[in-house]
Amino acid sequence: MSATPTWVQLVYLACAVCFILALKGLSGPRTARTGNLIGAAAAVVACAVPFFYLDLLHVPWILGAIVIGTAGGVFGAQRVQMTQMPQMVALFNGVGGGAAALVALLELHELAAPGHDAGWFILAATAFTIFVGSVSFAGSAVTFAKLQELLSSAPLVFPGLAVAFGVALVAGVGLSTQLVLDAAMWVGIVLCLVGLVFGLLLVLPVGGADVPIVISLLNAFTGLTVAAGGYVLDNVVLLVAGTLVGASGTFLTLLMARAMGRSVANILFGALKGGSTLGAGVASDRPVKSANPEDVAIMLGYADRVIIVPGYGLAVAQAQHGLRELVDVLLERGSEVDYAIHPVAGRMPGHMNVLLAEAQVPYEQLKEMDDINGEFKEADVVLVVGANDVVNPAARTSPGAPIYGMPILNVDEARHVVFMKRSMRPGFAGIENELLFEENTTLLFGDAKDSMGKLLNAVKAL
Amino acid sequence: MNDAVVWLTIFVLSVFVGVEVISKVSSTLHTPLMSGANAIHGIILLGAIIVTGTTDNTVAVVVGLVAIVLAAVNMVGGFVVTDRMLQMFVRRKRRPSAGTGPSSGAAGPDGGGAVR
Repeated sequence: MSATPTWVQLVYLACAVCFILALKGLSGPRTARTGNLIGAAAAVVACAVPFFYLDLLHVPWILGAIVIGTAGGVFGAQRVQMTQMPQMVALFNGVGGGAAALVALLELHELAAPGHDAGWFILAATAFTIFVGSVSFAGSAVTFAKLQELLSSAPLVFPGLAVAFGVALVAGVGLSTQLVLDAAMWVGIVLCLVGLVFGLLLVLPVGGADVPIVISLLNAFTGLTVAAGGYVLDNVVLLVAGTLVGASGTFLTLLMARAMGRSVANILFGALKGGSTLGAGVASDRPVKSANPEDVAIMLGYADRVIIVPGYGLAVAQAQHGLRELVDVLLERGSEVDYAIHPVAGRMPGHMNVLLAEAQVPYEQLKEMDDINGEFKEADVVLVVGANDVVNPAARTSPGAPIYGMPILNVDEARHVVFMKRSMRPGFAGIENELLFEENTTLLFGDAKDSMGKLLNAVKAL
Repeated sequence: MNDAVVWLTIFVLSVFVGVEVISKVSSTLHTPLMSGANAIHGIILLGAIIVTGTTDNTVAVVVGLVAIVLAAVNMVGGFVVTDRMLQMFVRRKRRPSAGTGPSSGAAGPDGGGAVR
């Protein structure tokens, strides 16, 4: 921290505090938006500072690059559908990791210059930034491709994957050591490439339903990368901001893994061990009881207690607005209606809350799993719209299933269950749901938006 | 204190603050929190600006400019998208006033000229 003027350091300190306040704010519903804006303001101020105290070269170019990146970021952020939020976060995270790796490579270029004798600690941090930044970039790219369904969401495993994974890891550690011993540019570049391969190998074997956890983990990785970059660049604001994100991201990842009843190691490496009994993802032809919207309308219209279980399929079909209207009508008719939200409903923890918020569903109607799980016994009808894995009793009963151990919504305890489904295809985790074949289960086939409209009209007509 | 130890101290304290600060987050906010944290590490933009502005090697400048573009996408996009999500949460806290579509145009100070 030697050559930096005091006022700059004080501004950086203020920015670091603002980032803490931002995270603090983001963890409560009332303060979240303010928190985010504080973070944004601090980020802008911090980035403006070097223009005032350093004699920066290439300023027009730098400003041009910022404008391009800003335009790209704003464009993406404004255009993205709420259903695609997980992909967007993965994408933003990946480019951040990539940027950190490039910054570290550039710094290595300085450190590798003749006559420059950097300490081993700095070089170790540089190696870390290059490697983990590349891992984050490549891993996020795969995550994005899986969520966007450019790649199959099933775990991608090939013979020798575990070996390749081990080789890449050993190569990463070996090259990092080499970089510490001798700061050569080529080592950094190879390390970057190995990081990219390692990132691919890390995420490819992760199955669809677990991908969201990986986003959070990679987010933490990028945070730590930025922190290490801060040390290399002698910049305290990068160190603090990166560490905050790294620590909170790791914590959040563990929290989510717990909500799914899995360990992070199991999520990452479960498929590597083999023996994954992932379903074939094909439609079953076992008999089920299906009904038309009018029948379901009668069940709903005369029920005292209705619980709605929304899933990702609801939002994909854009049926959430129709659902809200339906619930409003049912409430007017005197039924008691709540939404039961599984912690990993949607494709990212908390995703369903965002999707329903978009449809202006009042906050009070959303019940978290632990609060509502005791109430399913009392429910006359549970309407499951576009959800599958989070209500699949296989999580309790079949130890071989990939979702075994995940806490689920106890929908099977209700008197009647109505599934709104497009087809008999299994959910994101690719396993069949026994609940569909139960005596008290009724299926309403069709596009969720379409069916919802018909159901709404039928209930209104009662 | 040794310089490296000072940095280590800051690091360790930041770890605790990071965990402490979000330890009580409700699962309702997991998505915006992740997205907001994601935006915060976009601060690597600051690092990218500094390394690019202090080198005169042409290749290094080009690589640095690429890093700036990527980091700006991360930082600005992250904050804007988080704000878009949070707007919806805030809107329903107050009475849902009809007709206010997703007017996410006023997305905060991070909109246009991030650095002037």
